[in-house]
Amino acid sequence: MNATVLTFPKGGIHPPDYKSLTAEMVIEPMPTPTSLELILGQHIGVPCSPVVAKKDKVAEGALVGEVTKGMGVPLHAPVAGTVSNLTESAHPIQVSSPSVILRVNKKEEPKSYQSSDWSGLSPDELREKIHLAGIVGIGGAGFPAHVKLTPPPGSKIDTLVLNGAECEPYLTADHRQMIEHPDQVIEGARIILSILGITECLVGIENNKPDAIAAMSSEAEKQTSAEARIEIKTLEVKYPQGAEKQLIQSVTGRRVASQGLPADHGVIVQNVSTARAIFEAVALDKPYYEKVVTISGKGIARPANLLVKVGTLVKDIVTHLGGTTEELAKVVLGGPMMGFAVSTLDIPITKTTSSILFLTRDEIDTDLFSNCIRCGRCVEACPMGLQPNEIGVYVEASQGENTTKFGTMECFECGCCAYVCPSKRPLVQFIRMAKSQLKRRAAG
Amino acid sequence: MWIVAACLLPVLLLSVVVFGVQTLLITAVSVISCVVVEALSQKGMKRRITISDGSAVVTGMLLAFVIPPGVPLWLPILGAVMAIYIGKHLLGGIGYNIFNPAMLGRAFLMATFPVAMTTAWLPPLEDGAIFSFLSGSLDGVTAATPLYLLSHGGMEAVINEFGQPGDFYATFFLGWRPGSIGETSGLLILLGGLYLIYRKFITWHTPVAVLSTIALLTWIFGGESWFGGDPLLAILSGGAMLGAFFIATDYVTSPMGPRAKLIFGAGVGALTVLIRIKGGYPEGINYAILLMNPLTPSLEEWFRPERFAGPKVIEEEEGSSGDE
Repeated sequence: MNATVLTFPKGGIHPPDYKSLTAEMVIEPMPTPTSLELILGQHIGVPCSPVVAKKDKVAEGALVGEVTKGMGVPLHAPVAGTVSNLTESAHPIQVSSPSVILRVNKKEEPKSYQSSDWSGLSPDELREKIHLAGIVGIGGAGFPAHVKLTPPPGSKIDTLVLNGAECEPYLTADHRQMIEHPDQVIEGARIILSILGITECLVGIENNKPDAIAAMSSEAEKQTSAEARIEIKTLEVKYPQGAEKQLIQSVTGRRVASQGLPADHGVIVQNVSTARAIFEAVALDKPYYEKVVTISGKGIARPANLLVKVGTLVKDIVTHLGGTTEELAKVVLGGPMMGFAVSTLDIPITKTTSSILFLTRDEIDTDLFSNCIRCGRCVEACPMGLQPNEIGVYVEASQGENTTKFGTMECFECGCCAYVCPSKRPLVQFIRMAKSQLKRRAAG
Repeated sequence: MWIVAACLLPVLLLSVVVFGVQTLLITAVSVISCVVVEALSQKGMKRRITISDGSAVVTGMLLAFVIPPGVPLWLPILGAVMAIYIGKHLLGGIGYNIFNPAMLGRAFLMATFPVAMTTAWLPPLEDGAIFSFLSGSLDGVTAATPLYLLSHGGMEAVINEFGQPGDFYATFFLGWRPGSIGETSGLLILLGGLYLIYRKFITWHTPVAVLSTIALLTWIFGGESWFGGDPLLAILSGGAMLGAFFIATDYVTSPMGPRAKLIFGAGVGALTVLIRIKGGYPEGINYAILLMNPLTPSLEEWFRPERFAGPKVIEEEEGSSGDE
């Protein structure tokens, strides 16, 4: 194990992490509810078209949706059941989205998967398996994994970086995966190395997870060979340690320029949970239809790390965990820093949902915001070296399209600026507005 | 802002011991008028009333701290109207004011009540009779500040009044000298300022730049011959310490970046020395800060933070987006 603690130099914050609510909770499979809502657009780009019709019977793992153009991935039935409707479901960002409603056939036994040897497969065959399993990045944008593993021609990849930082407060899903399934995560990493034709893999884990670092280190030692040299790197606890560019800088020292891709700097990044999903897709031939989600916050009766089927409604999870508490004030899909508040519990889990937080009044900020007093704390906290204060003032003055010089388009919305702002200004929202104004102007 | 007010409180208490209880009354009048003017301004402009943020309280304290201890009690009221209504809210409210409100208030009082503002100095009390103001026995007791003596009679006059430098450095540093209400105690201002730096409310850049520039330029130009000035006297007299730690560091009217802060502070220091040596007033930090305040946006334009993306990418973006 590497004793030095690595980090990125510029900006970042240290919010209270609230991870103790669920850090010790073993991943718990949630019983499948009576019906699932499968949103057809769970990845970036053109959504799936349904390949099933109303009243069709489908088996567990059967194809439900497919994409013919763009870089999308197929969608599978998480359980055996009957298609009860093709309709629209609530969506955390797009408000509503086309979906397939599946009534679960409870009599059907869950499918079991056998491990098989993948070492004889070519990179293209491995990549195709990942594609057909429907794997997208856990991160939130829903970027298809097989596309990420197809570096642009001409780029020379030399390092795979596995992201086990899990820097968002509350979240412990990756943490549990690394403790309970380090063997599968590391084997997933080996599969990726063999696809990319490289040998070097660095796994970044924040040092508030010593148990995960220990489990992953011993497993990495076991599986390391001449073809796959896997090393665990301990990272300082600092948000946003797990942001792609910050992570790359922390573990490799390389700085990815504004419009550059990690691949331009010889690096590919995958999340540890994605690596495990890749293991399941390749070694078990299991499509990506269930995932570990952290359910936390003081507003839920029983916080947990749940293994849920894609398409499970938030309200079914709430029922399973004993309901919400009286102090519940806000429900957030994703982490507290970058997630989205939702207004309904009739919203299905997608492949990119990392957590559902049930926050009480004392866990959120409801103060009115006031003028910028130019204290400069956001500038200091911004890991990208931007000026959120100026962008906010410009947006308030209807000048959002003149903010390029402050770095609007480089912002990845980590929320450090809004977190440190003493005037409680909604800086991320201001920056989003500036971005959309800039895009509109670019479009003419 | 309440922390800043708390850091100024010891300075205020010491001024009561040094000059008498009227400093407390003047400060109270100043703080109350600033808060009232802020509330009335915001009500009149139909804005949310933000007096609880402590900003007007700090402005009121600083305004009182930079006027002499022997002025009439009502004087700060006029300064408060200038500072808060004209200097702050007419310019857009907190965050949008170009000039430091307290400094604007003092400049206004200097222009309208020059006699009170330049002669109402009091000598430090020697008998501890801090309540003599209440019995009305203050009239006719005035004293000359070290800077006044320095600009009118040179170092000789200062030594005549206060003794050898080795003796008065310590008394000045503790706060026993004629001067504005809250500017005399270098020690308490330094402690308050260091606490603000420790708590990361301010950084060291501005105070260090202001004080070192004042010391250096006074040493070079401030004596009878080249390199004959007294740098220590320069920072222990006038409002140098108060200005460096509590006024030039105002968030709204000074730049954010470390490099811009150094330039801003050096500018304040240089203009202060220029006014002290060549100008018509013995003290110049008030106008020095007011002259540097409007340079803040330009300083920020010139010294943007280093972007993660790197400078080359930013140039390309600037060129292609064609804004500005």
